[in-house]
Amino acid sequence: MNTPHDSVVWLGVPAFPEAARSALADTRLRANLRKATGTIREKRLAATGELDDWEELRAAGAAIKRRVLRHLDRYLEQLEESVLRAGGTVHWAADAAEANRIVTGLVTATGEREVVKVKSMATQEIGLNEALAAAGISACETDLAELIVQLAGDRPSHILVPAIHRGRAEIRELFRRRMGDRGRPAPHGLSDDPADLAEAARLHLRDKFLRAKVAVSGANFACADTGTIGVVESEGNGRMCLTLPDTLITVMGIEKVLPSFADLEVFLQLLPRSSTGERMNPYTSMWTGPVAGDGPRSFHLVLLDNGRTATLSDPVGRQALACIRCSACLNVCPVYERTGGHAYGSVYPGPIGAVLTPQLMGVGQASSLPFASTLCGACYDACPVKIDIPEVLVHLRAAEVDAGRGVLPKPEALAMKAAAGLLGSPRRLAAAQRAVAMTGRVLARRGSIGRLPGPLARWSATRDTPAPPPESFRAWWRRTHTGTSAAEADR
Amino acid sequence: MRIALFITCFNDTMFPGTGKAVVRLLERLGHTVDFPQAQVCCGQMHFNTGYRREAVPLARRFAEVFGHCEAVVTPSGSCAAMVRDHHRVLDPGLSSPPVYELSELLVDVLGITDVGAWFPHRVTYHPTCHSMRMLRVGDRPLRLLRAVRGIDVVELPAAEACCGFGGTFALKNPDTSNAILADKVHHVRATGAEVLCAGDNSCLMHIGGTLSRMRTGIATRHLAEILAATEEDAHEHPS
Repeated sequence: MNTPHDSVVWLGVPAFPEAARSALADTRLRANLRKATGTIREKRLAATGELDDWEELRAAGAAIKRRVLRHLDRYLEQLEESVLRAGGTVHWAADAAEANRIVTGLVTATGEREVVKVKSMATQEIGLNEALAAAGISACETDLAELIVQLAGDRPSHILVPAIHRGRAEIRELFRRRMGDRGRPAPHGLSDDPADLAEAARLHLRDKFLRAKVAVSGANFACADTGTIGVVESEGNGRMCLTLPDTLITVMGIEKVLPSFADLEVFLQLLPRSSTGERMNPYTSMWTGPVAGDGPRSFHLVLLDNGRTATLSDPVGRQALACIRCSACLNVCPVYERTGGHAYGSVYPGPIGAVLTPQLMGVGQASSLPFASTLCGACYDACPVKIDIPEVLVHLRAAEVDAGRGVLPKPEALAMKAAAGLLGSPRRLAAAQRAVAMTGRVLARRGSIGRLPGPLARWSATRDTPAPPPESFRAWWRRTHTGTSAAEADR
Repeated sequence: MRIALFITCFNDTMFPGTGKAVVRLLERLGHTVDFPQAQVCCGQMHFNTGYRREAVPLARRFAEVFGHCEAVVTPSGSCAAMVRDHHRVLDPGLSSPPVYELSELLVDVLGITDVGAWFPHRVTYHPTCHSMRMLRVGDRPLRLLRAVRGIDVVELPAAEACCGFGGTFALKNPDTSNAILADKVHHVRATGAEVLCAGDNSCLMHIGGTLSRMRTGIATRHLAEILAATEEDAHEHPS
């Protein structure tokens, strides 16, 4: 049984700095990430650079999303009406537990024990597969990378490329050992050639598609005016799930609603170019309720809150809800490129995860994530809907620090207070500079310091530090421009 | 022109040579430099680490000290960005004077790219993140460097990638910071440069710390120090 938000983060995962340390030592992970993020960065730059109006598109995407967030209540009610009019059913879920209860109930009512799934962040966020399993229902992930993650009993490490941390030799082993447990086994003599691996997955999944009576999907978009739901994917496996079964259940975060069908013009350009670096998405499936004689006969839309309205109430933080899950920010992030996604301990890794996860969870949770960034700003530049991720990171850092005030102050808080005192007065600053210069002279060997004391040892473990100069700039200025010595001027 | 120097507390304490270079350079170009002695820190470290309350008096102090100035120059991209973009977040009522990072002042305000410098070394340039993505200084620093006599400016591979410093990030996430830094150092070494140049001494201290620890023999120099160097005073201020 899920408590409200317990699936967004993975229990038992240590704080980011510790989790990152072990990830950084994983040679294969580092090599995979360097290659994959490097390739996709180049592709994205080519695909966005060729459009003269890319910046206008970004601005349009950002404006539409801002409007959605401003009038979310209205658009959601309109979406509900439209979906009902088209013959679908709409369910409202306040949290993960409620969403899981609704989906489990719907599947159970069909009498089926097996569902096929389209790759979906929302269902991962609520831990749906685990909830279904607890009710005796097996869920089969049909996205190739999600299938790899599922067979391995692993966790996804990228929003778009969940198995980015796996090499093809590992995948071959997984397919050989595990595919048989969940259906059609891998062909005899399977090689680690990508085409062979894809063929093995195709055969394994084809069995599932032909048998499946119930499918569960997420949604990239939902148009309030028409009730049209859209799923964007690259393999066609999603299309199979969305068209072959009798019952389709879609779980969607409430922020995914768009005002109108015409808005897709903007997002179907922004998303593929930002995510995979493609001009056009390979499989874009859209449906407006069930249609007699074609595709699913019943359609259920589960609208998921799970911390979103709480996030919406924060004027700075709410922009994270504009995210279209393209993962461009992951691919350009210097931190993500080194640590990969597991270190974030969340379904949502990378820069967007660092701002989304703590907000969906509430302040005090996932508290190391807003600090897991150099604030280099590459994510903001890459974001197709212009989410100012550094702004939100710094905002959440402040919330985290403020939440710790009043209780016993941490050494860091004491140091920051002391620093603010020293740095806030020219006289105290000058005195501190003389102390630094004196200490520096004691510690320095040939102009640089090898080892620093206390927490600064984390710095000096890999870096020399220049010896502080005997005279600060302000002391030099006083001496050369005002004719007073520092000591005199400070009195 | 009368230009007030915002030295930044970090340069003031650790890299006074950079401040002296700014003074020498601007005076050589015929301008007058003021150093308001009541200046303190801009509050960037506090702001970026979440200690906003502590940063507010620092932002107010900045406005008091520099509020009346015609132009303020600072040899730090990230402190310039802090003052320009974030002081108003701390106190929306603050009125800021025009604050320029050094390359902006030279190219945009003073309209000059050849500052008459001489620096006969092979140099590569790291465009620090806040200069590049917050101030958008673009190629201004490189235009200034390329106009220096005797210099051999070589391109830094993956120049726009962060160096992994990130202020307190380097202390809170030391392992990740080092992993990012290792790649930057690799690229710097690949250029064959003798000198790594940037517009922020904090990033330079971070990269230079490992360049020194690894005994690469590659020196770090703030942009101001290269632009201030001339053949005549090479003796007086050896690089």
